[in-house]
Amino acid sequence: MAGNSLFYEFKKGLWQEIPPFRLVLGTCPTLAVTNSAVNGIAMGLATLFVLLFANIIISALRKYVAMQVRIAAYVVIIALLVTVTDMFMAAMFPPISKALGPYIPLIIVNCIILGRAEAFAQKNPVVPSIADALGIGIGFTLSLATMGVIRELLGFGSIFNVKLLGEWFEPWIVMILPAGAFLVYGGLVAAVNWISSRKEAAAKAAAEA
Amino acid sequence: MKLILIFISAALINNFVLTYFLGICPFLGVSNKTENAVNMGLATTFVMTLTAAVTWPIYYYVLVPFNIPFLQYVAFIIIIAALVQFVEMYIKKASPSLYRALGIFLPLITTNCAVLGLALFMVMREYGFLESIVFGFATGVGFTLAMVMMSGIREELEFADIPRHFQGISITLIIAGMMALAFMGFAGLIRG
Repeated sequence: MAGNSLFYEFKKGLWQEIPPFRLVLGTCPTLAVTNSAVNGIAMGLATLFVLLFANIIISALRKYVAMQVRIAAYVVIIALLVTVTDMFMAAMFPPISKALGPYIPLIIVNCIILGRAEAFAQKNPVVPSIADALGIGIGFTLSLATMGVIRELLGFGSIFNVKLLGEWFEPWIVMILPAGAFLVYGGLVAAVNWISSRKEAAAKAAAEA
Repeated sequence: MKLILIFISAALINNFVLTYFLGICPFLGVSNKTENAVNMGLATTFVMTLTAAVTWPIYYYVLVPFNIPFLQYVAFIIIIAALVQFVEMYIKKASPSLYRALGIFLPLITTNCAVLGLALFMVMREYGFLESIVFGFATGVGFTLAMVMMSGIREELEFADIPRHFQGISITLIIAGMMALAFMGFAGLIRG
């Protein structure tokens, strides 16, 4: 039973509560850094790292942090983790760190992380919190990667910097501009709504039959 | 002259919401009624101006002399959280009617990434003190402008016939995309 519920905590982040499309959390990075697939994935992994350790630390300390000051304590923990991530990225992957610019420090105010701390880690032991962080973090990374792939393909005709579409393809410049980010995001939210309403209809039909 | 340029650039051309995607959460969450949008915009503008005025001296007179600028993220977020708290307490005491109007929006400003983004951009672009304050105020004005325009469109949208799957967040994002396209027209205002 315990294994099942752990798997559930992990799985819910991948579809049921996939952060940008279902919970509409973490919208800023979703829009800002997804002009190429590589940037999207790098941002997703950085967020995953911070989320994982924030969840571990907060859930380990959950009995010692006073209720009144918990938000402030969480924010300081997250800010320190983000500082570590930022320095690590700047040292190991300078080009990516440059491309993401101020959006790495902005992970601090990414509502997903504070949201998971508040909704999950402060009430649950460490192990389920890890499962929760991994699920939500991977769901977030996948969402960013999807956005990045679509925008890079339409905007440059390439994926992961590999040219896929030939000379005949006229790049849609708008896709790499801010406007394209909003349009792709809006379209993907509608697509997620459409798929899940079809799933529900199928489940209903199955239940009636 | 430089101050005017900074103002126009931050309020219109490089609008935080529509080109840097900062402050999207309140932009989507609180923009369903014009009245709320105006109040949220005003409160945010106030906090942003104050943030610029406080983080600048802290960065240049505390963090830099002690050689600890790597602590800037932690310092900034604590300053912003404290500022919001003080502003809330002050407004509650000074003007209860304004407090009731802004009430729930005030604490939300702490997690508005536009405020932290403002402090980070200020340091990155090496603005002076006065420039930072103008930058903070202009960013707030741009944020308010985008919020109010969006809320106006959304009020009309309630009567529109939208395909079922596009309702809610989805159509709002697509409208924001069109607004971003429209705002690109301002880019011609300043050369170079």
